[in-house]
Amino acid sequence: MTDNTATPLPPNPDPVLNVEITPELVAQHGLLPEEYESVLKILGRTPNLTELGIFSVMWSEHCAYKNTRKLLRLFPTEKKDKDAIGQVLVKAGEENAGVIDVGEGWGVAFKIESHNHPSAIEPFEGAATGVGGIVRDIFTMGARPVLLTNSLRFGSLDSDHVKRLFRGVVHGISNYGNCLGIPNMGGDIYFDDCYEGNPLVNALCAGILKHEDIQRGAATGVGNPVFYVGPGTGRDGLGGASFASRELTEESAADRPAVQKGDPFMEKLLLEACLEMMAIPGLVVGIQDMGAAGLTCSTCETASRGNSGIEIDLDLVPQRETGMNSYEIMLSESQERMLVIVKKGREREIKEVFEKWDLHAAHIGEVKDGDRMVVRHKGVVVADLPAKSLTDEAPIYDQPASEPAHIQAARDWSVNSVPELAVESVESSLNKLLAHPTIASKRWVWQQYDHQVMSGCTVEPGSDAGVVHLSIAGIDKRLAISNDCNNRFCYLDPYKGAQIAFAECMRNLACSGARALAVTDNLNFANPNKPEAYHMLKECVKGLADSCKFFDVPVVGGNVSLYNEHGEGAIDPTPVISMVGLIEKAEAVTRSFIKEAGNSIILLGGLPNELGGSYFLQTEYGKKEGTCPEVDFDEEKKIQDFLIDQIDNGKVISAHDISEGGLLVAISEMLFDNPNLGADISIDYGTSNRLDALLFGESQGRVLIEISENNVSEVLGLAEEYGLSALNIGNSTNSGRLKLKVANHEVLDSNVNELYEVWSNAIPQQMNQN
Amino acid sequence: MKVAILQFPGSNCDWDAEHAVKDVLGIPATRVWHKSSLPSETEAVIVPGGFSFGDYLRCGAIARFSPIMKDLKSFASKGGQILGICNGFQILCEAGLLPGALIRNDCLEFRCINQKVLIQQSNDRFNPEKCGKELVLPIAHGEGNYRLESEELNTLESNNQVLLRYSGNPNGSVNDIAGIRNINGNVYGMMPHPERAVEPYHPSADGLPILSAFLEPVCNRSTVDLSA
Repeated sequence: MTDNTATPLPPNPDPVLNVEITPELVAQHGLLPEEYESVLKILGRTPNLTELGIFSVMWSEHCAYKNTRKLLRLFPTEKKDKDAIGQVLVKAGEENAGVIDVGEGWGVAFKIESHNHPSAIEPFEGAATGVGGIVRDIFTMGARPVLLTNSLRFGSLDSDHVKRLFRGVVHGISNYGNCLGIPNMGGDIYFDDCYEGNPLVNALCAGILKHEDIQRGAATGVGNPVFYVGPGTGRDGLGGASFASRELTEESAADRPAVQKGDPFMEKLLLEACLEMMAIPGLVVGIQDMGAAGLTCSTCETASRGNSGIEIDLDLVPQRETGMNSYEIMLSESQERMLVIVKKGREREIKEVFEKWDLHAAHIGEVKDGDRMVVRHKGVVVADLPAKSLTDEAPIYDQPASEPAHIQAARDWSVNSVPELAVESVESSLNKLLAHPTIASKRWVWQQYDHQVMSGCTVEPGSDAGVVHLSIAGIDKRLAISNDCNNRFCYLDPYKGAQIAFAECMRNLACSGARALAVTDNLNFANPNKPEAYHMLKECVKGLADSCKFFDVPVVGGNVSLYNEHGEGAIDPTPVISMVGLIEKAEAVTRSFIKEAGNSIILLGGLPNELGGSYFLQTEYGKKEGTCPEVDFDEEKKIQDFLIDQIDNGKVISAHDISEGGLLVAISEMLFDNPNLGADISIDYGTSNRLDALLFGESQGRVLIEISENNVSEVLGLAEEYGLSALNIGNSTNSGRLKLKVANHEVLDSNVNELYEVWSNAIPQQMNQN
Repeated sequence: MKVAILQFPGSNCDWDAEHAVKDVLGIPATRVWHKSSLPSETEAVIVPGGFSFGDYLRCGAIARFSPIMKDLKSFASKGGQILGICNGFQILCEAGLLPGALIRNDCLEFRCINQKVLIQQSNDRFNPEKCGKELVLPIAHGEGNYRLESEELNTLESNNQVLLRYSGNPNGSVNDIAGIRNINGNVYGMMPHPERAVEPYHPSADGLPILSAFLEPVCNRSTVDLSA
């Protein structure tokens, strides 16, 4: 029985809110009966409707990670090697975003966050506000944002609905990010039927700051004033965090009010005003973005971090609609707002900055003694809760897990279940792969993003990693960024699939000449209350955590998005990995395109020999099946170390990782920056190997490098010292033809321009037919 | 000698322009807030790219009412050198300092690409001999489709006021126009971003001859002033 002894709060000034809290109302707020019991215990009385709303958003999966918190503890949050570059300055979960050291007194703040559900309902606004939210997380830390990327997942482009979502999401990202003036370096995009009706929109932002300028989101110093900055609060985005923590259904369209509306111009003003304010020494005590759960989350989180109480008066909150009640103001997710705690007596300074930028800076409350978050409206206390109960006492669940049957089937799969590919079919198979939108050129997307603003773009989207020069900080360093996650492998073997996502991401950085520093992850999964879905979540997290530990690349933050289901279907497990890397020297910047004729092409890592999970099985047979490729981290580490060393030695002219589509797709892609080039490739293989597995298999730990002919024997010799397989498989030519011999038999002689046309036109053609 | 780079709410290439002029070309430059007045030592003005006032209403339509525009107009009337880049070009057109208007790209989408442009024989500073015949410059805009009534267009062409033409029109601009000048040769506007083509890691270094050509008169005068 609950101890119902605390004095109830007075009636709310809005009579609409004075209702009896029934089990139905509790259920509508997404709280389980036992969770409501905990609320009663914490308060010692029945909550009023405003308080119930506050618990509902703060204890939602989106804010409280109640189904994943235990799993997330598996991730390493700092580097083992204390002498390596990339030490963690702000750890995952401590603040709005993690921060790592990049040397010379500078740090990089970065994080990825999902906006999947809003984008499914309202793609333009959903994606746009996804960008807005993650950018605020970064400049809240005191960092100047320097790059954006996105991880996007859609269903098949054959569907008009998917086309509408794809176009809307890209326009939303383009519209918001371009206006902010932060270069968008592209990212990764996959198309798979499992995302039909439930697209994934993950947005990443990275920013640069000096160590001493790192800001904290804590409300400390009793008596310090609490400011609300940014545009007024409206009724948009009411309860967005709870909405994001449910499955999508046919009725979800009725949740459209829960999708926020973005104003990138306001965000730009807020960004500049906040950075200007934070540059004033000693003015800002704490700062927190009003993102998910808006005013609610920012007040209780700052109080909780500061071990303080906080009191705010809603009459002082700028509002752009009339007649809003306390429930609406507290739960609104109006965009482009921040909560700032400044030093008492210096109120004038913050007001001057925001006046310059024509923004509100309203003094709405104070830091208090004790631990209560007290909210007043029209002279009445409308909520009075222990702040820490909202942030730290949310229930944590360990869900039952059971392995889905398809995973065992994938282990038992035999390559003999698919017929061997005939030599005559190689060209058509290659064309089918190049036309698959996951593999095809994404130029249609990234030419809509301003990737050159801030004058730092060093490697434009389309190469293995995007690279920006940090000239805005006045330092001669380059930041490289890569996102990855092949859902097909995660579906077939969640543990290995996550390892592969990690390894490929890191390999992409290595191919660009960058050393990996840290990871931010976006765990996109289905309903965790379903044991099979929870099993895949758990295994992916383990796979990712073990990868981070092996390579000593810590996780500095991220996001969890569950309940990604629509109708009968659920998405494949999609743990998106984003990794930041550093390139110190200009000469080390490496692209994935063959530069000139007459160079040698070396395959590192051995000949591919597995077909399981490959895109070839998809485009040829419509199958998502097979045994996930082998993962050998010792070999992976060797290949990446070797690659970076050879890049630093100036031996590598270009480098490209073999991934979706396999060896032949990778060679083709290397020629697509200049389709007048060609390649003569000749490969020997043992009789036991299959041609399709060799050319289109997606065995891991393979990289192609272009080197000068003069360096071949030296590079091959060095590879041998590393114990690494390195094969000279041919050379680049001026012929405009991709020629391939296998065991001295001609297998392919294709016009590169024709292959290029297939690859570059696939997405525009689909998007232009209506 | 000082280059003033105007900063409106929503400008986002102001740092880029300052970096190109100050750090790369070594010419003193400073950013000037739109509510301030133009510093008296100003010898040239760059109106940078971005989304001034969110590009709400029309690109450049609100910026034209900013307090600093009064100073800018009087600076122009005294023969001061002004260059508008991208959104800056749109602002100068809205303010009537340059003829014409920039409307939505004909592809209806934002375009960020490395664009081939051809330098026209415009005046003694902007011509193929000085700047190079064919340049590659980044463009990044959704509203770069240049429009002008046919009579005015004829005047513009016959006065050699066209600075740059696209080779492969990316936005539907009339006569492939990418950049123009006023009749007096002191106000310039272009959609391509010369300030994004000045570093070794940029797609080209072709922004340098463009910026140098624009700043030539002030650099020369400054040399004279210093020796005097």
